Amino acid sequence: MSLPEGWEVVVGLEVHTELRTATKLFCGCANAFGAEPNTQTCPVCLGLPGSLPVLNRRAVELAMAIGLALHATVSSSTFHRKNYFYPDMPKDFQISQYDRPINAGGYLDLPDGSRVGIERAHLEEDTGKSTHLGGGGRIHGAERSLVDYNRSGVPLVEIVSAPDIRSAAQARAYAAELRGILIATGASDGRMEEGSMRVDANVSVHRVGEPFGTRCEMKNLNSLRSLQRAIDYEAERQYALVASGGVVRQETRHWDEDRGVTSTMRSKEEADDYRYFQEPDLVELVPEPAWVEAVRAGLGPMPAARRAHLAALLDEPTPAQLDAVGTVVDLGVDDFVEAAVAQGVEADRAIARAANELAGEARERPGLTPGAFAATLRLEQAGELSATQAKAVLATLALAGGDPVGVARELGFERMAAGELEGLIDGLIGEHPDEWGRFCEGDDKLAQFFTGRVMRATRGQADGKVVLDLLRARRG
Amino acid sequence: MAGLSREDVAKVARLARIALDDVELDRFTDQLAQVLEHARDLEALDLAGVAPTAHPHGLVNVVRDDVVRASLERTEVLAQAPDVAEDRFSVPRIIGEAP
Repeated sequence: MSLPEGWEVVVGLEVHTELRTATKLFCGCANAFGAEPNTQTCPVCLGLPGSLPVLNRRAVELAMAIGLALHATVSSSTFHRKNYFYPDMPKDFQISQYDRPINAGGYLDLPDGSRVGIERAHLEEDTGKSTHLGGGGRIHGAERSLVDYNRSGVPLVEIVSAPDIRSAAQARAYAAELRGILIATGASDGRMEEGSMRVDANVSVHRVGEPFGTRCEMKNLNSLRSLQRAIDYEAERQYALVASGGVVRQETRHWDEDRGVTSTMRSKEEADDYRYFQEPDLVELVPEPAWVEAVRAGLGPMPAARRAHLAALLDEPTPAQLDAVGTVVDLGVDDFVEAAVAQGVEADRAIARAANELAGEARERPGLTPGAFAATLRLEQAGELSATQAKAVLATLALAGGDPVGVARELGFERMAAGELEGLIDGLIGEHPDEWGRFCEGDDKLAQFFTGRVMRATRGQADGKVVLDLLRARRG
Repeated sequence: MAGLSREDVAKVARLARIALDDVELDRFTDQLAQVLEHARDLEALDLAGVAPTAHPHGLVNVVRDDVVRASLERTEVLAQAPDVAEDRFSVPRIIGEAP
């Protein structure tokens, strides 16, 4: 990020999250991603005349949970119609919240200690999904858009931050922390790639101490990486414009991930006029204190508290260990670490293995339970398995399940007898007398030379630590 | 509130995708102005301390349980579409993004 001294970027984020309910916001159609097109619709979400919306209790509770987790005030709220015409919205209006949102005024603390204000977090409905066909002629040679209304009416919460963010990296950290909170509340699965969490960024630049510049809104930010890159690009674009005597126009801009640029999508010179008016088919929502408190009581610990809890298991954690703690919480595998530590595994080992071995595909595999994870790490800690072997056992468990001892045996991970290893080491010393001599003179880098060869000869079945101990003992 | 102008009515009509000719524009400007004039009667009342009405019903918190109900058959749904392709509603290509 290269704005000159005295200039800064100002960012506010609007995050839309789909709620993990069984049904849509105003009707009993299923809220499930990936169904056959137009199989989850009814008169309400198709906007057929005479249909009436009825609010989903669970969606209200998840919205409250998000508000409470963001330290917002849950208040009485109403719904409005936001009127505009677009084929993916069959009613020709979106039911949203306007002047009285369910949650207002909160904040989110980031891991670096900074605090970002939350202006509001309100309920609204999602639109259908359109696919654009080119002029290639799949349909009568004409350019058409195809609409699937399964998503029409799916509950959303839109979380609007204050313009408190001052760098692309901070914006990314905010989105990541918010994602963790949405997952922790059970409100969302946080999957940006499936569109269940979507981020728009309002970006402007100004000279520190002067009023904010004109902002542009970035869309199509489908990953945390896109978010960060788009803000960096946009800040530099706006600065270059202003520095050369130009003026930033208020507009919506589209981020092109492949080309790494933003481009004009829609000018906002004429302010949007949605003719908001109160939705006459829905009554006021008045969350009584008992209802709010019941939702609060159901909230589990948030990511910050979970990170603090795990970090407390470590003595004077290093930055790398704290990174691993963050990864464990992001992956939501705290329970694996807890199970391992409860069974006597060192916290450092449990956190490192959970952070590295439970990422990626392993997190989708049901074969690996916290108990099996703990048992594998105990085998490693007792020297029954080398680190490499323990990782292989975890990978196999994730794929196929089973018990760690049995899996280790099937993989041929019998512990090498110390006598066998000593024989191997004798042989290596004979083959590499120069290297051995330097090792004996104290060149410890050569330990790697010998352990590497032992590992290769044993196809990874030797315990690296045991080999090192044997080498050092032999050196005397 | 200043009087309603012909331009105001033309704008509202444009936003609502309603085509009005000049005669209609004049007629509806008059009619809408009368409606607004009528609503302005409220300004004569002292409403300090009266909470805004959220809904003419006194009801609050009308909610349903989060239980799935049968959706419509897709054939029935797509029968409403002006044109169908790939089990979706087929419409003239959308230009630009939703607001």
